[in-house]
Amino acid sequence: MSLKKHILDLRKRREKVQLGGGEKAIEKQMAMGKMTARSRILALLDNDSFTEYDLFVEHEARDFGMDKKELHGDGVIIGTGTIYGAPVAIFAQDFTVAGGSLGLMHARKITKIMDHALKMRMPLIGINDSGGARIQEGVNSLAGYGEIFYRNTIASGVIPQISVILGPCAGGAVYSPALTDFVFMVDQISKMFITGPSVIKTVLGEEISMEELGGARVHAEITGNAHFFASSELECFEQIKKLISFIPWNNTQKAKVFPPKEPKFNGKIEDIIPSDPKQPYDVRDVIKAIVDDSDFFEIQEFFAPNIVIGFGRMNGQTTGFVANQPLVLAGVLDCDSSDKAARFIRYCNAFNIPIITLEDMPGYLPGVDQEHAGVIRHGAKVLYAYSEASVPKITVILRKAYGGGYIAMNSRHLGADFMFAWPTAEIAVMGPEGAANIIFKKEIEEAEDPDKMREVKVQEYIERFANPYVAAAKGYIDSVIEPEETRKLLLHAIEVSSNKIDQRPFKKHGIPPF
Amino acid sequence: MEEKKLELVDFAVTARKYKTLLTIKYANRKPYEAPNPFEIRSHIPGTIVKFMVKEGDRVKEGEVLLILEAMKMMNKVLMPYDGKVTKIMVAEGQRVPKNHLIVEISE
Repeated sequence: MSLKKHILDLRKRREKVQLGGGEKAIEKQMAMGKMTARSRILALLDNDSFTEYDLFVEHEARDFGMDKKELHGDGVIIGTGTIYGAPVAIFAQDFTVAGGSLGLMHARKITKIMDHALKMRMPLIGINDSGGARIQEGVNSLAGYGEIFYRNTIASGVIPQISVILGPCAGGAVYSPALTDFVFMVDQISKMFITGPSVIKTVLGEEISMEELGGARVHAEITGNAHFFASSELECFEQIKKLISFIPWNNTQKAKVFPPKEPKFNGKIEDIIPSDPKQPYDVRDVIKAIVDDSDFFEIQEFFAPNIVIGFGRMNGQTTGFVANQPLVLAGVLDCDSSDKAARFIRYCNAFNIPIITLEDMPGYLPGVDQEHAGVIRHGAKVLYAYSEASVPKITVILRKAYGGGYIAMNSRHLGADFMFAWPTAEIAVMGPEGAANIIFKKEIEEAEDPDKMREVKVQEYIERFANPYVAAAKGYIDSVIEPEETRKLLLHAIEVSSNKIDQRPFKKHGIPPF
Repeated sequence: MEEKKLELVDFAVTARKYKTLLTIKYANRKPYEAPNPFEIRSHIPGTIVKFMVKEGDRVKEGEVLLILEAMKMMNKVLMPYDGKVTKIMVAEGQRVPKNHLIVEISE
């Protein structure tokens, strides 16, 4: 027998298995507007970079007539490749094979590539498109999920973990994405929930569509489970590639440095900010006026938009931005925005990314719903995350910095390395109106014209406290700066803190207010 | 995603009002209502299986008022204090959403 015969045999086997669930199932997948698992991997990775493992794995199920079924690759494709030259490990569930259901061997393939990613210290990307546990395999499929969650947790903060939801991801399966760093979803394609519409209807009588219950919009806007929202799979892949360009391969490295570029912003940065402190502006314009090439990559754009988080580059180096957004809910901190900011700060810290905080916030959101939703423990996460972070931490106070918000937004007191303030900064326990009402209560009440007196006293308070100089006099602010100097000073701050060492006492881990 | 935001509104945080946008989530939040001590409401969505009391009954604190089946469990709904069953608002076999008024009680 010649060698050629063996090679031809291999090719034939490969070809058959690479078709996954077969042509009919592929047609069905396309009809749903979805790409196949294989085409997704090829579209995401650099050309010719994908190397597949475990192509010939077969499933283990023996009961309920499953022994007679052939499930190619057991419904998941795993392998390694590169994105812009960066190595990544990847798995993609193949919905054309038994609905991408997760059985023992399917899970084993996933845990194999996860172990590989962790050992090789490279990012892991998981493409989820699965009907859930393979019921015929019973507890074996539950075991599979558990082993995936365990690895997600062990790898958390060591390698970047990215989840892409490109189909259903329901029941226990949702917890793997939830444990990973970034979740990408696509409108009309991604669905994520613990219990689906049919169960909800049977048990509770509530009627809701899949899209309304757990579609991409819901998770991007309401739950915050999704970090990125795209209108097509290809747009989603572009977002993933861009993210990969901003983050390091693992927690012992720094992100790749790009050639520095000046911001594409002509005009004066101070013109972005209205002189009336009650008027809003879009803080993203300020970020774009500061970062290289005005290229700001926003994360969780639609969830809790009263705080803005994302990556930009400063002199080519990846930097995390956290900024209050006066345009939405006046930029207050609330439960959702605290969760959003705190997790991002911890991400930056885990992966050696310096953090720049832009502050303009009037305080925490008042209301019974917030108090009862636990704004205390949620808000505490921000304090915890900033205090815990040992990467370079820089704050610029643009306008308001009132009360608990001033402390929370990376103040000197939580360990900020650099505190800059614009001359428009107001650092005070509360807004002038509220403060004057309390301090000058008697004078205002006893005055002939209380309203006029209140005005006088508010003005008095503004002149005395609503500025950065009281804080600067105590050294809480390092420097009151002109808005035009902001980028220059931030670049300097990042440059001089590149060897920052901040030793903390040993502990297994802290107990953040989860 | 298209902006589904509202117009700039006056938004009060302490004594000062700021011009700002609201989020859909904020605009849709439910205003707080103090709990009414004379109402028994469903703490979980489910089905009313059986009433153990009828209108006009005097009931002691901790006695079972009804059985609410939810999440594969027969949940006993108990009387919170010594009092009287004033009015039963739902029928046996009826499915109720969360926080649905089931029984009115009085001291």
